Amino acid sequence: MRTVPDLRTVHVPEEAPAKLTARGVSKSFRHARGGTVTAVHDVDLEVRAGEFVCLLGPSGCGKSTLLNLFAGLDRPDTGELLIDGRSIEAPGPDRAVLFQEPALFPWMNVRDNVEFALEMLGLPKDEREDRTMHWLHRVHLGRFAKAQPHELSGGMRQRAALARALACQPEVLLADEPFAALDAQTREILQRELQEVWSETRNTFVFVTHNVREATFLADRVVLMSAPPGTLVTEHRITVPRPRDMEDVLLSKVVVDIHAHLSKEVDKVVAAEIDR
Amino acid sequence: MSRLRSTASQLWPRVAAILGLLLLWQLVAVSGFFTSTVLPPPSDVIDSFIQNFAQPNPPRESIVAGTQASVIRLVVGLAVGIAAGTAVGATMAASSYTHRSVGSLMAGLQALPSISWLPLAILWFGYTERAVMFVVIIGAIPAVSIATASSIRLVPPLLVRAGRTMGARRWTLYRRVILPAAVPGYILGLQQAWALGWRALMAGELLLTATGGKGLGHLLEANRQLQQTPAIFAVMLMIMFVGMAVEATFGAVDRRMRGRRGLLVQT
Repeated sequence: MRTVPDLRTVHVPEEAPAKLTARGVSKSFRHARGGTVTAVHDVDLEVRAGEFVCLLGPSGCGKSTLLNLFAGLDRPDTGELLIDGRSIEAPGPDRAVLFQEPALFPWMNVRDNVEFALEMLGLPKDEREDRTMHWLHRVHLGRFAKAQPHELSGGMRQRAALARALACQPEVLLADEPFAALDAQTREILQRELQEVWSETRNTFVFVTHNVREATFLADRVVLMSAPPGTLVTEHRITVPRPRDMEDVLLSKVVVDIHAHLSKEVDKVVAAEIDR
Repeated sequence: MSRLRSTASQLWPRVAAILGLLLLWQLVAVSGFFTSTVLPPPSDVIDSFIQNFAQPNPPRESIVAGTQASVIRLVVGLAVGIAAGTAVGATMAASSYTHRSVGSLMAGLQALPSISWLPLAILWFGYTERAVMFVVIIGAIPAVSIATASSIRLVPPLLVRAGRTMGARRWTLYRRVILPAAVPGYILGLQQAWALGWRALMAGELLLTATGGKGLGHLLEANRQLQQTPAIFAVMLMIMFVGMAVEATFGAVDRRMRGRRGLLVQT
């Protein structure tokens, strides 16, 4: 395990309690054509309360699988997944999920989409309305509260999904490459906005990405997963204080460092694909 | 202004087609090639339509009364058929087992034209209103159930996952996420059910004239017996108008729903 030697500010004290725990977790899937693929193999991971962890790895390394397991959308074959020491059995509103697609309901306008999540929490109508508008304004969608999702751009839709997740004030936010489908400029804007919002809310965050720069920009800790079957190979603690700058030299150093590790894993994936 | 112009450009080909047909019809009719009992001129048909519209012409009822009787049968029959079809469809969508078992039954039923149920319905219910209704209902059930089941099974898994992560479970998930997401496919099923029901109803009324002699199908048959060709044409026009009106209503509902969801293809 490596640590980047810059310790100006450490946001998450080492002794913060574990919010999420994965212990000896494995998960395989059956192929449509028969045979099984091990997506995640014997993973141990602890995410501390208030920590921003990015899961990084080559495609097919099982990072999304691990996220789905934390979300409770999938069940592990072996091992256990815990939130605050309790076993994760099913999805729940304590763990909001941001998908790669915004996953807004097309029959509801933006405001109703956010309110729906709050209704599921059992909040009274007036509090739902207040919180919804607060968060829509927070992500600069106040003027689009009554728009239908399809009337928004891809970036705005993902913002609405972010507002929906944050409005629930979840203990944990799980994000599965939420910006991967956006164009480069929009992605950068949303990354900055996410950093800004998260600096205030400080939810425990697990963020899956294959983008090294994005991971180093956002995370307290970048966890690198191996070529399939996915296990954790290295982790990098990123201590550059926030607000961070994309062009920060210190960050760039970390990016180079992580890239070196990542390309080894990517090479393995490519080699395996050519062999097949 | 431009809106008006675009409405006009939408409208004129339709008007031209209708006027062209009427003109051709009128020409053939006045040519004397056919007798007016075989092919009356459109002017006679329009006269008959106006005369018989609200005024009963014993032993025949008025077109309005016939329309009313038929539409009530259609509405009641479809209401029952849609309710039953939706329930069957939801059962089919519940598991792959019910989908295979109940689903194959429905696929078989759908291959059977609903009017072919009429002889059996007469045996079961006699020459009654219920026999005709039965045919409408039995025609709607497979169409609605198959559309319900497939639209539920085609709901994007992502939306269901999103609903689950927000804490929606079981009945709430079903009612607030899965059913609304299935609406576009369901509406298609309703459209199909009504079209099948309307056809089956007309055929049923035509064949089963002893049910109190009400309805547009009866009116067709009564006018045939009296050799009132213009009146036959007039009733056919009315059947077409009802069909077009319902079609237009469905179209408007469907367009509105698709527009809201961003599913409209721009043409």
